[in-house]
Amino acid sequence: MARRVLITGLDSFWGGRMAQALESDPEVEMILGVGTHEPSVALERAEFVRADETYSILSRIVRATQVDTIVHTFLVVDSTRVSGREMHEINVIGTMNLLAAAGQPGSPVRQVVVKSSTLVYGSASTDPTWFREETSRTSAARTRVERSLIEVEGFVRDFAQDNPSMVVSLLRFANVLGTNIVTPISSNLSRPWCPSVAGYDPLLQFVEEGDVVGCLEHVTRNRVRGIYNVAGEGKLPWSEVTAICGTHRLHLSPVATRVAAAPLVRLGLIELPPELESLLRFGRGVDTSRISETGFSCLHSTAGTVDSFVRSLRLRRSVHKAQPSYTYESDIEQFFRHSPAATRPGA
Amino acid sequence: MPAVPERRARSSETPDPTRYHDRVPASRQVAQHVERAARAALVALPHLKDAATPTARLSDVDEWGRSEHMRSIARRVFAPVYKHWFRAEWEGLEKIPKTGGALLVANHAGALPPDAPTIMHGIEVELGRPVYGMADYIFRRVPWVGTMWARVGGLPAHPDNALRLLKDQGQLAVVFPEGTKGPSKTYADRYRLRRFGRGGFVEIAMRAGVPVIPIAVVGAEESMPVIFRLPTLARALGVPYVPVTANVLVFGPLGLLLYFPSKLKLRVLDPVTFDVPPGQERYSKSRVMEEAESIRLHLQESLYEMLRERRNVFFG
Repeated sequence: MARRVLITGLDSFWGGRMAQALESDPEVEMILGVGTHEPSVALERAEFVRADETYSILSRIVRATQVDTIVHTFLVVDSTRVSGREMHEINVIGTMNLLAAAGQPGSPVRQVVVKSSTLVYGSASTDPTWFREETSRTSAARTRVERSLIEVEGFVRDFAQDNPSMVVSLLRFANVLGTNIVTPISSNLSRPWCPSVAGYDPLLQFVEEGDVVGCLEHVTRNRVRGIYNVAGEGKLPWSEVTAICGTHRLHLSPVATRVAAAPLVRLGLIELPPELESLLRFGRGVDTSRISETGFSCLHSTAGTVDSFVRSLRLRRSVHKAQPSYTYESDIEQFFRHSPAATRPGA
Repeated sequence: MPAVPERRARSSETPDPTRYHDRVPASRQVAQHVERAARAALVALPHLKDAATPTARLSDVDEWGRSEHMRSIARRVFAPVYKHWFRAEWEGLEKIPKTGGALLVANHAGALPPDAPTIMHGIEVELGRPVYGMADYIFRRVPWVGTMWARVGGLPAHPDNALRLLKDQGQLAVVFPEGTKGPSKTYADRYRLRRFGRGGFVEIAMRAGVPVIPIAVVGAEESMPVIFRLPTLARALGVPYVPVTANVLVFGPLGLLLYFPSKLKLRVLDPVTFDVPPGQERYSKSRVMEEAESIRLHLQESLYEMLRERRNVFFG
């Protein structure tokens, strides 16, 4: 059966890449992306609709387009990019509206895929070395992004319970590194000095950006139901990650770390959101045996992910901008997609 | 890491350990083993899954935080203590399997228990297999201490950790079911085993389908005896116990780390296997408690037996 897929956050990093990945799939008949801004990657046939970040018009879109799959990639997991209020609007209110649209009476939607993060497990001294999907976090969620993601996951769980016929897939991705993505960790690693808490050398787990898209595609295509951790095989100590990336560790005091880091953060020398600070103390690991049982395995191990990141980092250090940037031109895209003059294969 | 195949090549040259035990008098066995260990610095590590992918690693820290390199330094530092200070002596080492997972269970004693490093060091040098020590989370919180503890093979005692280590990776792990109740007990209670937690170790071994191998340790109690505890200070510091040891009274501040040179004797008891299907989510609690209690009684009996045989605290 031909699939009609709606992707949230087409303008964001993951939305754009997910749309690109689905475009090559002949089973996917139509791809519709919603976003607050124009797409930042080149797209062949995916349609773009502008919507505000809380998706108040989503139920109209779902009714009008009869999409059967919603891929919710637009969840903010990086608290340095947006304000706390904005993050709440995007994550909590956005997901609520999205699930309301998907669950409306007579809804054509059969599958909802949500891209969450292993941030929901937190990072504390009492953690197991590996979190399984059903292991609950051992510490209270103190950071804003963790609290908002836990709230989002609560909505998704309730939604799955209320709509047993719906395939609900919730993916928790470990910290992402890769060629293009910019996160607090990647920008720290790109600088000559990066933060570290003195006396701690945590083990971190990474997932490569291509594997994130690959996994989203896998669960969408095969209608995989359930909650899954996704991360690269193995773990690396932070000292080794920084050594591979050729940066020096700036040892922050283990007590009053935030106070010590505040001036450096202010000067823009380091990035240290609260969730990164606890990660740099105790690290985090997730067990990925459940996702591998569904037939998916990451192409990159954690060490391979760091390697792929450092390769792109070296290139960026030599050639300032490696890839040409893309600008969305509305009239050109309209011409190629809808003008009778343009021939479209398969249409 | 070039050191590992080198070690494998060497270990194939050494004679069959069972025959070796026959030929050499017992008193010289330990000394020779330690010398052998000093020559072969690194323990052979199991094959890693992603070893085939060409990724540049700069350290040998594994996914548990253990570094074979740090471990070999720790062994070099601890070897003279093991050999000359505690003069550790093993009995029944052949009962520990050379391959596959097993859960080692021992009694825990002394304010800073020397039994844990002795068991880990001893098995690593004698059998050439890594041993992971499972302990309280408290170590992880302390800067530097927590990192060092992880690098030399320590990890938090969490059932999931034990399961992955024993079942999926077939490693050796040592646990002390008494927990902090063992080392915190005063000298008056020496060699009286505390409660074995909630029998979690039996449940883990059942689920992983591996044997439990009890090890009775004699001598750790006298190496750093606890005279009394300071519960108020412990509460204020947020640690399980603050002991005042005989070592501190004798040696002053030096006694915080200096052990009395009591002789350590370790006896490996017969492995206990459970005739239950592995991999189940839950096991009968009564069965688990029964097995844990029977292991505890057996260990306690062996301790008394070893004490009956012991003529002198310092010379064995």
